[in-house]
Amino acid sequence: MRHLLALLAGCVLASAAMAARAQDKSGDEVAKYREMLADGNPADLVELRGEELWKAKRGPKNASLEQCDLGLGPGVVDGAYAQLPKYFPDSKKVMDLEARLVYCMTTLQGFTEAEVTKAWFTKPGKEADMEALVTFVGARSNGKPINVANRHPQEAAMAKMGEYIFYRRAGPQDFSCAICHANDNKRIRLQELGNLTTKEGAGTAMKSFPAYRVSQGNVWSMQRRLIDCMRQARWPEPKYLSDAVIALEVYLQGKANGTVMQTPGIKR
Amino acid sequence: MGSPMKIRASLSGETADVKVLMRHDMETGQRKDASGAVIPAWYIQEVTVALNGKAVVTAEWGAAVSKDPYLALKVKGAKSGDAVSVTWVDNKGDTRTDETKIA
Amino acid sequence: MREALNLERRKALKAGAGFGLLSALLSVGLISPQQARAAVNKGAFDAKTLDETYKALGVSAPAVSDQVVINASDIAENGAVVPIGIKSNLPNTQMVALLVERNPNPLSASYNLTEAAVPEVTMRVKMGQTSNVIALVKADGKFYTATKEIKITLGGCGG
Repeated sequence: MRHLLALLAGCVLASAAMAARAQDKSGDEVAKYREMLADGNPADLVELRGEELWKAKRGPKNASLEQCDLGLGPGVVDGAYAQLPKYFPDSKKVMDLEARLVYCMTTLQGFTEAEVTKAWFTKPGKEADMEALVTFVGARSNGKPINVANRHPQEAAMAKMGEYIFYRRAGPQDFSCAICHANDNKRIRLQELGNLTTKEGAGTAMKSFPAYRVSQGNVWSMQRRLIDCMRQARWPEPKYLSDAVIALEVYLQGKANGTVMQTPGIKR
Repeated sequence: MGSPMKIRASLSGETADVKVLMRHDMETGQRKDASGAVIPAWYIQEVTVALNGKAVVTAEWGAAVSKDPYLALKVKGAKSGDAVSVTWVDNKGDTRTDETKIA
Repeated sequence: MREALNLERRKALKAGAGFGLLSALLSVGLISPQQARAAVNKGAFDAKTLDETYKALGVSAPAVSDQVVINASDIAENGAVVPIGIKSNLPNTQMVALLVERNPNPLSASYNLTEAAVPEVTMRVKMGQTSNVIALVKADGKFYTATKEIKITLGGCGG
């Protein structure tokens, strides 16, 4: 009996070791796949379109976005994404890049909010302007460290709310963000799940957005990423630009604080 | 007319490393939109890469080439300042040419 | 117990794979487009099997050659974008083509090379499922091939 147990234990260990080796090999091959993709990121083309849109005179007021204040003063784009979301005294709200762009498109260009948020992500045959603008502004923070201080009371409150949502279990599956994203070494199928409660895990995710997703063939903003996470967790989908989404962003950017931006990323 | 391409051309010795990104949906004609209507096939069929106006590689593509196509190839006998141009033609007859100088 | 678990897992994987294939085919939309092709190789791009494709290209019994090299990862995280490089070390290489055996139309792309081109191209293609990919090279009037299997995974939420 003891021999049998020893033998069994040996088998289990050996197969575990083999499985681990197979996993390492898969990991290498996935790394090679990602490396080959990184050499040409189609998001670079989206970025160019975003820059044109930023400079183009549009809307009822025939104005460009070049005077838009993204938090570093009117017209300053370099480094702007890395310090968002933040509190804006003019709107008295904590805003992320997309909320801020909508604010500028309504105040500077004279669009209605409904007009600019109606088609905020790309559908077949219709590229979203918002995606291009986000890609352009995001890329201009490339190389800059994420810097969200959460000094303003409203920013601190949003970070708190984001943390609450992150750990909150809800929906028909009683799911939370934390179930998949608060531990090391978790995977879904072949993909590793980042531990977003650590600087490394949150940094890896946050530094690469906005990111081109090859499975979708377009760029995803952090709004889209988080809204889709909630859909996949079988939660009711939050509204675009809602406080719930921005609060999660504030919380996650805070976790990632100090990580150097590398955007646009390219992902599965 | 199409969206601009991004062409990178760098020299190693007398060989130019050419990397091209094109913006194109590369629709296969089999996908359906949200309302269930078939999205018509629309993809690049021919690509020509030329050095100083002379074709070096001519490619024929099927609909299996990925959305936002990427193409990398190498051109011999190139020198700094030479012009690398890329032209595509899709199945609707739309075409686009972009050019860059080798750094 | 272990065996039973494995069996269940295999069943689940099998079911998952079937579903994945269907959805992958739907999302990628890999079935022959009916669009007319002006170029000479129309027949080859419409061919549905490797043999039909070879026939349409005028290829018979291509030789396997270790001078034809496929550069790709064994695993692709998404079938919509699979990067594949083909390199020929054969003298006087005139043409390289990429075929994906289990795509509805195997021929994905073909490249006619002048003497000014290094016989090395890298591209990205859609693959509906795990499949052999074949690099077909014409050098000095003769055809040669190399084959590699690329596994397509179902992937997770996508980071």
